Amino acid sequence: MLEPVQLAKFGVTELEAQHALDRLNVRDIDYADLYFESRTSESVSMEEGIVKRAAKSVSQGVGVRATAGEKTGFAYSDELTKKDLEIAADTARYIANSPQGASPVPVPTQRRPTRDLYPIERAKAEVATADRVALLNAIDAEARRYDPRIKNVMASFNTEYKVVAVATSDGTLVGDIQPLSRLQITCIAEDGDNRQAGSFGGGGRVGFEYYLEDNRHLSYAREAAREAILNLSAVDAPAGVMPVVLAGGWPGILLHEAIGHGLEADFNRKKTSAFSSLIGKRVASDVCTIVDDGTLPFRRGSLNMDDEGTPTSCTTLIEKGILRRYITDKLNARLMGIPLTGNGRRENYQSVVLPRMTNTFMLAGESDPQDIIRSVKKGLYAVSFGGGQVDITNGKFVFSASEAYLIEDGQITKPVKGATLIGSGPEILTKVSMVGHDLKLDNGIGTCGKDGQSVPVGVGLPTIKIDEITVGGTQR
Amino acid sequence: MHQGQRGTEPATITNGYGQLAANVLARAKACGATEADIVVADGETFSVQVRVGTVDRLTKAREKRLGLRVFIGKRSATTSTSDFSQDSLERLVADTCTLARAVVEDDVSGLPDAAQMATDQPGLDLYDETVLDTETQIDWAKRGEAAAFATDPRITNSEGAEFDSSSGRVVLANSHGFVGSYKSSNFSLSVSPIATESTTGAMQRDAWYEVQRKFARLASAESIGQKAAERAVRRLGARKVATKRVPVVFDQEMAGSLLANLCGAISGYGLYKRASFLLDQLGQTIASDLMTVYDDGRMAGGLGSRPFDGEGLATRKNTIVERGVLRSYLLDTYSGRKLGLPSTGNASRSVGESPSVGPTNFYLVPGLKSAQEIIGSVKEGLYVTELIGFGINMVTGDYSRGASGFWIENGELAYPVEEITIAGNLKQMFKDVEVIGSDLVFRGRIASPTLKISELMVAGN
Repeated sequence: MLEPVQLAKFGVTELEAQHALDRLNVRDIDYADLYFESRTSESVSMEEGIVKRAAKSVSQGVGVRATAGEKTGFAYSDELTKKDLEIAADTARYIANSPQGASPVPVPTQRRPTRDLYPIERAKAEVATADRVALLNAIDAEARRYDPRIKNVMASFNTEYKVVAVATSDGTLVGDIQPLSRLQITCIAEDGDNRQAGSFGGGGRVGFEYYLEDNRHLSYAREAAREAILNLSAVDAPAGVMPVVLAGGWPGILLHEAIGHGLEADFNRKKTSAFSSLIGKRVASDVCTIVDDGTLPFRRGSLNMDDEGTPTSCTTLIEKGILRRYITDKLNARLMGIPLTGNGRRENYQSVVLPRMTNTFMLAGESDPQDIIRSVKKGLYAVSFGGGQVDITNGKFVFSASEAYLIEDGQITKPVKGATLIGSGPEILTKVSMVGHDLKLDNGIGTCGKDGQSVPVGVGLPTIKIDEITVGGTQR
Repeated sequence: MHQGQRGTEPATITNGYGQLAANVLARAKACGATEADIVVADGETFSVQVRVGTVDRLTKAREKRLGLRVFIGKRSATTSTSDFSQDSLERLVADTCTLARAVVEDDVSGLPDAAQMATDQPGLDLYDETVLDTETQIDWAKRGEAAAFATDPRITNSEGAEFDSSSGRVVLANSHGFVGSYKSSNFSLSVSPIATESTTGAMQRDAWYEVQRKFARLASAESIGQKAAERAVRRLGARKVATKRVPVVFDQEMAGSLLANLCGAISGYGLYKRASFLLDQLGQTIASDLMTVYDDGRMAGGLGSRPFDGEGLATRKNTIVERGVLRSYLLDTYSGRKLGLPSTGNASRSVGESPSVGPTNFYLVPGLKSAQEIIGSVKEGLYVTELIGFGINMVTGDYSRGASGFWIENGELAYPVEEITIAGNLKQMFKDVEVIGSDLVFRGRIASPTLKISELMVAGN
């Protein structure tokens, strides 16, 4: 059960927070907030068959922000005394160019998140290191049992336990407890001189027991081993424009890179995105409906509230091919006069809020995945990906396959080596001709980087067919 | 311009941290640690972003952090905190020892030998006591962006200009009795203008930046803004090209990214885990005989310079590649022991993590040709000025990345290109380096002159 988070947890009284906000709330300031954060991160990792590393890190601090028009003043401190709050408030207020002459902010009315998407008890989140060690040992054994050519297994288990409280000048004083964990496995396979890697992982805002349910941890180990062994027989990837079928789940990173970033409100307010002024216009074929949904229980990208205290929501970005909405934080929603979607996120108290994605995915279509593959004469079937990147301004994006196969005459044939796919964000989804009925969300491994800030995100996709995209292999 | 001196506190604070470190090490010993080391880092940062002439964001902060690593026999654990109160530090030590007892023994774990610790700690010119006031820093950012707008009427918008200044100190101490500390500073300006093609409305963004340890060494805001604008404008009208195999010229920045890939492949951790494409290659030819690469931790004012590494070993100048032959890996104590080799003084340490391996100032020795001469030697090929994505497999060397730049026809830059990829294998690419430019400039920890690779697959239409 979620408890209302008390500022007392941070050694700060409600009155002190109120006082700091008052100090920020001078003429010209449109909005101000205080973001208190306490974070405990733990990790254990193994390689060469032994769990050799364990680490724990604790951090606590406050970020203080004031905005005036398009301007943001920001300061942060790892000390939480009344004096430190005041110094930070005075720094953040600098941008207002107006004298200190506080006008009191309203007494908070919104005091707790309206839901609990990740009800994990602290007791369960705190698992003995010995249990984590046992988990990794079992993974190592399972991966090596899968095939004797698996020569090394690297696995890590990371958890984060974050307590936040947000006090704002618009009358919010609200807190959340945000657990997060992730299990990641990489296997190295060797066969003579041929060496290959395979990776798999998963997680979310879940407790330790999640990894043991149905021996999920062992299935991750087998997946990582399978990909490494498969890559031993991979042939060189083709080069040039061809049809590509993306499998469901993690290949949804396509949406994140190709359109998601381009729909973040800050780039559109500044008119630096290739999607600026395209609301109401067709940016995808009519089989594509894409949402950003921060409200899915236990998901890595989900949040009860964003980092400005706004409840997250499910926002339809593209509806049957038509661009409907940008995703917003308070600053950009206010300046653009568009709805607040609850996407104001920050990596930590040391970073400023930016509009960021949560879980971004395409809704299921009507095609049979088998029919989609059968419809391709010569092309690529991509099942798993490494990372991706986008140039917001010209819309060009890439994402790199880590497991892919040739499709020849409607049949999946040889595995091919990884290759980068490159396309143009505003065009690529107009080339999606078939969408499967098999929507799958990823396993919970995504981390999105923007302006040097990393936040956990999710993606999802049904099997889809892209009629043409450039594949960056080495073979004609 | 307003400049001033920082106060006289640094020496006393360093001493204060020295005492703090000694106390924590003593407590760790009392908890059963057989060896331990501690890193304390603090600093202040200031950053201003200006966009289209007005301040967009202003950030100011001080921060501090402490990282502890303990060994109990052959078991070890690492922790960190930003709370330096006595209660918090006592809890930290206890937690670290508990964690260390929970992991498995690792034969080669431990501090470096006491005899290896750095005995000299040269200043290396890493710190500038210049303090800039807020208005001066805003002015730098404004002038940089204004210069970009003034350079060309096609610069119609901007992602902004950012001026950053930071300074900090690092104290490292261990149970061998080593205590080291140094101060460093950074000043940087980056400008990111957007150019628009009037006929199509198509936009291109590019950027230019500079970072220096000393404020006085920064190039003028105007020259940085102008260069950023020229880079954005020259991309207008970019198109795809047909898929074909051609020679590829990498500009300094992109050549630097190849050098970073080399750096990753010879770092000790990838090697002992057998996750590098350059296993067992010491003494072997891994690159064209034109290539000689150094890693120099003691270059005065270098962005990667430091008097001692993350474990307290003296930094030095290592020959990494000599005329194509791999002479040294980059190692810290742990990865060195795994490979049966001494540390190269390349332990890199972020507070709260156990050491890993990192470059100091890692660079390719320049050749004789100008970039223009190199481009001039290509009949048909690609000049790469930007690479995006993560399509590099460090285990196999397979390489496939999104690229943009210019198509070269008859030795001239004919037109800008985009939405293409370049692909090959790094093992072969280093051997296929055909020409190295004379234009080495240090703009980061890894630096390279322009270089030409004889052939790569370019995928486009």
